[in-house]
Amino acid sequence: MARPQFSERGDHIASHEPIRVSRYRGFTRANHWVTAACLIVLAISGLALFDPALYFLTGLFGGGQTTRWLHPIVGVVLFVSFALMFVQLWRLNLPRREDAKWMAHIGDVVKQNEDKLPELGKYNPGQKFVFWGMSGLIILVIVTGVAIWEQFFPGLVSIPVRRIAVLVHALSAVAIILVFIVHVYAAIWTRGTLRAMTRGTVTGGWAYRHHRKWLREIAARDNKGPAE
Amino acid sequence: MKDTASGPTTAVSNPPVQPTEAYFDQGDITRISATRNVPQPDRELTKLAKLIDVSKCIGCKACQSACVEWNDTDPGVGENVGVYENPHDLTPDMFTLMRFSEWENPVTNELEWLIRKDGCMHCEDPGCLKACPAPGAIVQYSNGIVDFNHDNCIGCGYCVTGCPFNIPRISDTDHKSYKCTLCSDRVAVGQGPACAKACPTQAIVFGTKDDMKAHAAERIEDLKSRGYDNAGLYDPEGVGGTHVMYVLHHRDQPGLYAGLPEEPRISPVVEGWKGVTKTAGLAAMGIAAVGATLHGLFARPNEVEEHDEIEADRIVDGQEPRDGGQL
Repeated sequence: MARPQFSERGDHIASHEPIRVSRYRGFTRANHWVTAACLIVLAISGLALFDPALYFLTGLFGGGQTTRWLHPIVGVVLFVSFALMFVQLWRLNLPRREDAKWMAHIGDVVKQNEDKLPELGKYNPGQKFVFWGMSGLIILVIVTGVAIWEQFFPGLVSIPVRRIAVLVHALSAVAIILVFIVHVYAAIWTRGTLRAMTRGTVTGGWAYRHHRKWLREIAARDNKGPAE
Repeated sequence: MKDTASGPTTAVSNPPVQPTEAYFDQGDITRISATRNVPQPDRELTKLAKLIDVSKCIGCKACQSACVEWNDTDPGVGENVGVYENPHDLTPDMFTLMRFSEWENPVTNELEWLIRKDGCMHCEDPGCLKACPAPGAIVQYSNGIVDFNHDNCIGCGYCVTGCPFNIPRISDTDHKSYKCTLCSDRVAVGQGPACAKACPTQAIVFGTKDDMKAHAAERIEDLKSRGYDNAGLYDPEGVGGTHVMYVLHHRDQPGLYAGLPEEPRISPVVEGWKGVTKTAGLAAMGIAAVGATLHGLFARPNEVEEHDEIEADRIVDGQEPRDGGQL
């Protein structure tokens, strides 16, 4: 069987009455939430060391020394966790021709003029932006983070390089938080999305409205025909 | 009742027999790391400085020994790798280090043995303090001393990133940053730094910054009369001047002295990181978070509609839309 174009092999119609479409298996969801938890810890501990006004946040982790120690360790966990997610998700996040049309109609996306938007596969360009944005930025923060990791890599890079690394680290981290805000906001604004990452399934209507090609492909694969 | 010590004007005087009170304290702090709007002290102490006359140094390392003894550090037994530096670099237990450079002077064809006592320069505009994220871990007193308060240090190494002279070292054992304190504890009771006290040739002298500049001027005049036309004082303006200064016979080439920076200043990268990045970054994140929340509360959410469900039914189960279903 040829590789599906718009869906993962495991995506399937989970129930017919009412229609529920399986979008993420348990492993992927756990993987996502581990990554999310790491990112939140990293954002809070990182912000605490980013601006003195937020230094009090180190209290959440038991003080400055612990925060300094914990932040990079959690960073490594996030990197590994995200890398795992990356290998599961990258294929359907590759850009497609219809993405350009969707982008051109970004105003209609916001205004919810659904009939003016192209049919999409499992991910829309906004989701792809979050995916690739996070992927690139996470590589930047892990590389620069190791370069400034005093405890284990004190002499890894020269001091001038270290200065650039610390600046790039801060800038990428700010960008990650911005992408994170977009990600969370979009997941909440688009009602019915969160359950994809909690229960793993979405409603048929949600799939039809937002990822029609994905739904069509899964429905076609669901060749057992209508239930009952 | 103890008398208050007076500010030291030399390192050679012996301590008084009677104990004395410190002549400066927390109230004389003018800058505190990661702290905005530090209340400025009512009085301003006389600026102090240590002057290191490289031309008078004989490389005996008495300063290093005195530093280790006074600060009660333990640099450990060294290893001979065929160079004079011992230890081979500044460490969390060695706040000052004689650095030896051999240089063939192309003008005179003489081999010159340049020995520079490396250590914290006590910048008027300290890069370590600017880079430090931990409130109160680095302070500057109005007499110019830059001191680390280890209770507040978190061991992140940002001071290393910020320092234009590559001075602070982070301990592997307690994860705190260490450097020369200019013997702030000795100075507070009217004594000069241990290194200056121990120096047998008085290559290291200590006193008010004005006195040290005047003394340096004499020394430079003397050096010039001996053929060192480029002799001069190293008190770099890029960091607002320093409270540890050098008399160099080759002031035009500070790099000869184990890489002493030509024009040290806080790196613009560090300034950008601690300046505009912080302000713009926080603003961007704040606006995004508040904007998203407000939009989320007041804008119409993107909700799945009845006809989406009907169409989904039709695709999945091949059912015809029920009444009211429109495309």
